[in-house]
Amino acid sequence: MWAYTDKVMEHFRHPRNVGAIENADATGQVGSLVCGDALKLTLKINKETEVIEDAKFETFGCASAIASSSVLTEMIKGKTLTEASKITNQDIADELGSLPAEKMHCSVMGMEALEAAVQSYRQGGKPVVFEQEAEKIICHCFNVSEEAIIKAIRTNHLTTVEEVTFYTKAGGACGKCKGEIQKILDKVNSCAVPTATDNTNKKFTDLTIVEKIKRIEKVLEEDIRPQLNMDGGSVELVDVNGLTVKVRLIGMCSGCLAADATLKGFIERTLKEKIDPDITVEKA
Amino acid sequence: MKLIYLDNNATTPVAPAVFDAMKPYFVEKYGNASSMYPLAAESHKAMEAARQQVADLVGAAHADEIIFTGCATESDNTAIFSAVRSFPNKKHIITSAVEHPAIFHPLHYLESQGYKVDYIGVDTQGRFNMDQYKAALRDDTALVTVMWANNETGTIFPVEEIAALAKARGALFHTDGVQVIGKMPLDVKNTQIDMLSLSGHKFNAPKGVGALYVRRGTRFTEFMMGGHQEKARRGGTENIPYIVGLGKAAELARTRANSDALVKMAALRDRLQNGLLTKIPDSKLNGDPQNRVPNTVNISFGYVEGESILMHLNEYGICASSGSACTSGSLEPSHVMRAMGVDFQFAHGSVRFSLSEDTTQAEVDKVIEVLPGIIENLRKISPFSRLKK
Repeated sequence: MWAYTDKVMEHFRHPRNVGAIENADATGQVGSLVCGDALKLTLKINKETEVIEDAKFETFGCASAIASSSVLTEMIKGKTLTEASKITNQDIADELGSLPAEKMHCSVMGMEALEAAVQSYRQGGKPVVFEQEAEKIICHCFNVSEEAIIKAIRTNHLTTVEEVTFYTKAGGACGKCKGEIQKILDKVNSCAVPTATDNTNKKFTDLTIVEKIKRIEKVLEEDIRPQLNMDGGSVELVDVNGLTVKVRLIGMCSGCLAADATLKGFIERTLKEKIDPDITVEKA
Repeated sequence: MKLIYLDNNATTPVAPAVFDAMKPYFVEKYGNASSMYPLAAESHKAMEAARQQVADLVGAAHADEIIFTGCATESDNTAIFSAVRSFPNKKHIITSAVEHPAIFHPLHYLESQGYKVDYIGVDTQGRFNMDQYKAALRDDTALVTVMWANNETGTIFPVEEIAALAKARGALFHTDGVQVIGKMPLDVKNTQIDMLSLSGHKFNAPKGVGALYVRRGTRFTEFMMGGHQEKARRGGTENIPYIVGLGKAAELARTRANSDALVKMAALRDRLQNGLLTKIPDSKLNGDPQNRVPNTVNISFGYVEGESILMHLNEYGICASSGSACTSGSLEPSHVMRAMGVDFQFAHGSVRFSLSEDTTQAEVDKVIEVLPGIIENLRKISPFSRLKK
C-alpha cells in the first residue's frame, strides 16, 4: 500500500476540473495506454494577458496520476503562461504534500503536459502530443529520452538508477538500459559542486587551479546548466588556463545553431558577471 | 466499516484454531527439538505430528518427504538449486512464462551462470503450451519447474502430465503448489512430481513458514547449510510454534479441500464473475474458465487503471488486487497478463478477486453493486474512453 497523503487521496476522490474544454486555446498530451498512464490538458487562455482562465484534464492512470493532474489544474488557473511554465514536477509533488518516490513520474507527467500545452498555445492552439522520437531514446520500453533523464536528475538531485526509474520510468520494465542510466548519472553527477571552501573573497587570478575549477563549476552548476537543461542540453568544463575557460556543449546544445551565441552571450557573460570580468570562454 | 476481504491469494488470516495450537510453544514449551530432555522431546513430537499433517495434506507417502522452510520462496530456491547441484552436468531448465518471481529470479541468476532456460508460453486463456514444452525437453534438462495454479488468474496447469513427460526424459520435476493448497485434493504419491513448494500463510497458517515436499529417492542438495536439522536437508533451528501452526492449518485445509466448501466457493466466485461481466461493458475474463481454482477470478476493465479501481474499492472496505503496473513497485504491467497477450488497454485494468470459505453472498453482491459505478466514473475522466466510440 502506498503512503499517499490526505491531499492526494482528496484529489483522487474528488478530482477538480475534469473534462476537456471546447475550442481550447491549448491542448497538451503526454503518455499512452501502453505506458499505463496518460494526461490530456486543455487550457482557455486570455489572448491579451496570457492568463490561464480555465484548465481541464483527462487522465488514465493511478491515484497519484489523477491527483497530480487535478492539483496541477488548480495551480495554473489564474497564472500567466510564463508563471505557469516555471512550475516543476517538485512543485506539483509539494502541493500534494508529497508523493511516494516510486510515483514521482506522475508529477513529471503533469509538468510535461503543461509544457506540451504551452507549446500548443504558441503554435496557435494545435494540439501537441509529446513523442520524443527526435531525441536519443535510452529506455525503449517507456520511450524515455536522454534529455528527459538528465533533466530529472538535475531537477530532483537524483543519485541512483532506481531513483531515475521512479521519476522517469526509464529502466522500469526490461531493465536493459540500467547500465546507460548509470552512465548518465555518472556524467551528470560528476559535475556536481564539491563543498566550497571559504575562498569567496579571493580574486580569481589568485586562486589555485583547483579552486578556479571549483568556482567555475559552481557557476556552471547553479546558473548555467539549469538554463541549458531547459532546452535539453548541458555544458562540461574542459580546461582552465589563466583567464581562458574552455568548455564543450553537450546534448541538444552541441548541434544547436545558436551554439556560439550560447557560448559567448550566455556562458561567458554569466562567468564574467559572477567571477571575473576578464574571463573569456572558448569552445574546446 | 466491515472489511470485505477478497485477496486470499495474497494472504489469509491465521485461523483461531491454528493460533491456539501455536500458543503453548512460545513461552511454555520452548525446547529446542534437537536437545536431550523431555522439554525438547515435546517440541520434537509436536514437529513430527505437524510433518505428518502436511504430508497428509499433499498426499505424500511418507512424512519424512516434508522439509519445513521459512517460506515458499525458500522452498522454490531450494528445489531449483538442489536440482542443478545434484546434476552438475545438466545445463538446461524448463519453466513457464507465468511463474512467481521466486522461480524467475533464481533462474535468471542461473542463466547468468551459463544455464539455458526455456520459458514455455501460454495461450490467451493462460493455458500451458504442451507442444512447445514437449519440443523443449532435452537429454540435459536438469529440472522442469511449473506452477500448479497461477496466482493471478487461478488457471490450473496439467502438472501431472508435465511431470510424467519430464520423468520420461530423466529430468526432475518441481511444482510451485502455493495456490492449490486447500483448493483441491492433492495426492502427490500417485504422480511423478518430485518436489512441491507450499506456503503457510496462503492457507491460514502464519507468515514465515513453508514446506518443500521431496519424494524419497530424489537426489537432493541442501540450500540452507548448517546443522543436522531436517535430516541435514535444511540447517537452522526448527521454528516449532510456526511449524505446529502449519500442521494445524494443513489439517484444516485438507478437510476443506475434500468438502463441499469448494463447491460453495466456486458458486460465489461465478456469481461475482457473471455479475461483473454482465453489468460492466468492456470487461473480460482473464484465465481458463474450465480449469481454475475455485476461489479466483480475474477480470480486466478496459480503459481504466487498476490501482485507481482498488483505491475506490477501499472506500467500501473491499480488498482485492491488480496486475496493473502501478500497484507493483516495478512499473511493469503483470508479466502474466503480458504472457497471455492481453491488450494494453485491458492489461492495466485487471483486478483479481480471491475468495475464502468465509466469503458470503452479501459480500460478493456488494462488489457487484459498487464496482460498475467506480468503473464508469474512472472512464469519465480517462482520455481513452471515447476512443472506442
